Amino acid sequence: MFPSQFTYHAPATLGEALALLAEHGDDAKVLAGGQSLIPLMKLRFAAPPIIVDINRIPGLDTIAEEGGSLRVGALVRNRAIERSDVITSRYPTMAAAAPMISDPVVRNQGTFVGSLCHADPQGDWGSVMLALDGSVVARSVAGERVIPIGEFLDGPFTSTLRADELAVEARVPDPGSEFAGTYLKLERKVGDFATVGVAVFLATSGGTVTKAGIGLTGVGATNIKATAAEQALVGGTVSDALIEEAARLAAEAADPRTDIRGSADYKRDVVRVYVARGLRAAAATPVA
Amino acid sequence: MNITVTVNGSARTSEVEPRMLLVHYIREVLGLRGAHVGCDTTSCGVCTVLLDGLPVKSCTMFAVQADGRSIMTVEGMATNGQLHPVQAAFHSEHGLQCGFCTPGMMLVAKAFLEENPAPSEEEIRWAISGNLCRCTGYQNIVKAVQAAARNMSEVSK
Ligand SMILES: Cc1cc2nc3c(=O)[nH]c(=O)nc-3n(C[C@H](O)[C@H](O)[C@H](O)COP(=O)(O)OP(=O)(O)OC[C@H]3O[C@@H](n4cnc5c(N)ncnc54)[C@H](O)[C@@H]3O)c2cc1C
Ligand code: FES
Ligand code: FES
Repeated sequence: MFPSQFTYHAPATLGEALALLAEHGDDAKVLAGGQSLIPLMKLRFAAPPIIVDINRIPGLDTIAEEGGSLRVGALVRNRAIERSDVITSRYPTMAAAAPMISDPVVRNQGTFVGSLCHADPQGDWGSVMLALDGSVVARSVAGERVIPIGEFLDGPFTSTLRADELAVEARVPDPGSEFAGTYLKLERKVGDFATVGVAVFLATSGGTVTKAGIGLTGVGATNIKATAAEQALVGGTVSDALIEEAARLAAEAADPRTDIRGSADYKRDVVRVYVARGLRAAAATPVA
Repeated sequence: MNITVTVNGSARTSEVEPRMLLVHYIREVLGLRGAHVGCDTTSCGVCTVLLDGLPVKSCTMFAVQADGRSIMTVEGMATNGQLHPVQAAFHSEHGLQCGFCTPGMMLVAKAFLEENPAPSEEEIRWAISGNLCRCTGYQNIVKAVQAAARNMSEVSK
């Protein structure tokens, strides 16, 4: 399958890339890992006349904690996230999700930020970012803005990034000193998108929950932040009753559709079971 | 566009359209038919080649993206007529039947064993999980990767 014709640019600097996006606007598409964009172009669901390949821009592949947050650059591959010491030790929700995304060969190419920009409601990183209260840093020739993930993900395959903007990095707030988290995903086989995915994060202080994050994958038009469930957890101590209550509220927040992966009722119940399971696992393995 | 790619150790320069996929460049421009086209939708992994040493699905990358970089296909695995230990192990352990998935499987195995020379069976199964085989049931592929790991560690001792 051949994509339709396009003009190819591989800018060597961020400045050049931003100038190209400013000049071409909606006609241009950024190419990062290409693991979503190229399949769409091959099927001719997308036919951008101009491709701006950012893979040759130096400095976009950083994973580092700085100024109270983790910074994940636009060219950080899922492969690098899986192998990152800082993520393994300090961002357990991300560490749990990384090896469940697509398959190992696709992870060598696909990027964390590209996945957020793609805004697939079935994408796993959106839910992780909602649970962790992350944000996306967008840059254009006009300047920079930091977009909280809840405002960034706008609808199925739609983000609030403007056509002249490049997402240069994602940021995840420092988890603090007592925290736990995980990602649970029901998939039919390796490399499949989630039937249901659940991201959980808990920060605690002396046993009391100070911050809770729950993100849901594959059960709505975008990734869903289970806000009521999070609020129920904050201020409490993790008990079976509290976990059951949060799981029930999260299932209420889900808005699944019946499709080849399962019925809406089934998926909603998987949300309940996975949120409970995730919270139990998190409560059992706190990092302090 | 004019691109220069180091393919199995030698530099190759060609004129390609930006929309040409890497797999078509490899098969049709370079004439290396070991990279196969199966699903054409990034799922099966039969088109896998190594790009700067790491496996990529060449049906999901443009040839122009490989400009200035280095590619290894299955044709580049043997040296001086000597099979690579991974190839030798696929041979001795019957790690293939029809052979369609084999180039991708062996390249993935090579890159994997370079990173993890003494893997567990489970690690091997996860490592090849981006590559589908419709014949073997994977049993002998896993055995072949285990044998290759043993042979490669013998050689390096
Ligand atoms: C077989 C297969 C299985 C998969 N399974 C999963 C899965 O289980 N879970 C999951 O979450 N994902 C899955 N994916 C998707 C995969 O993780 C993609 O790689 C990812 O969603 C997109 O990242 P990318 O870097 O490849 O982006 P690209 O394909 O390069 O780009 C995707 C979109 O985002 C835009 N974009 C990318 N980067 C930027 C940027 N920095 N600034 C502005 N716009 C940008 C592009 O213009 C394009 O519109 C799968 C993909 C495949 C092929
Ligand atoms: S042909 Fe490339 S993954 Fe199947
Ligand atoms: S040997 Fe036939 S597909 Fe693997």
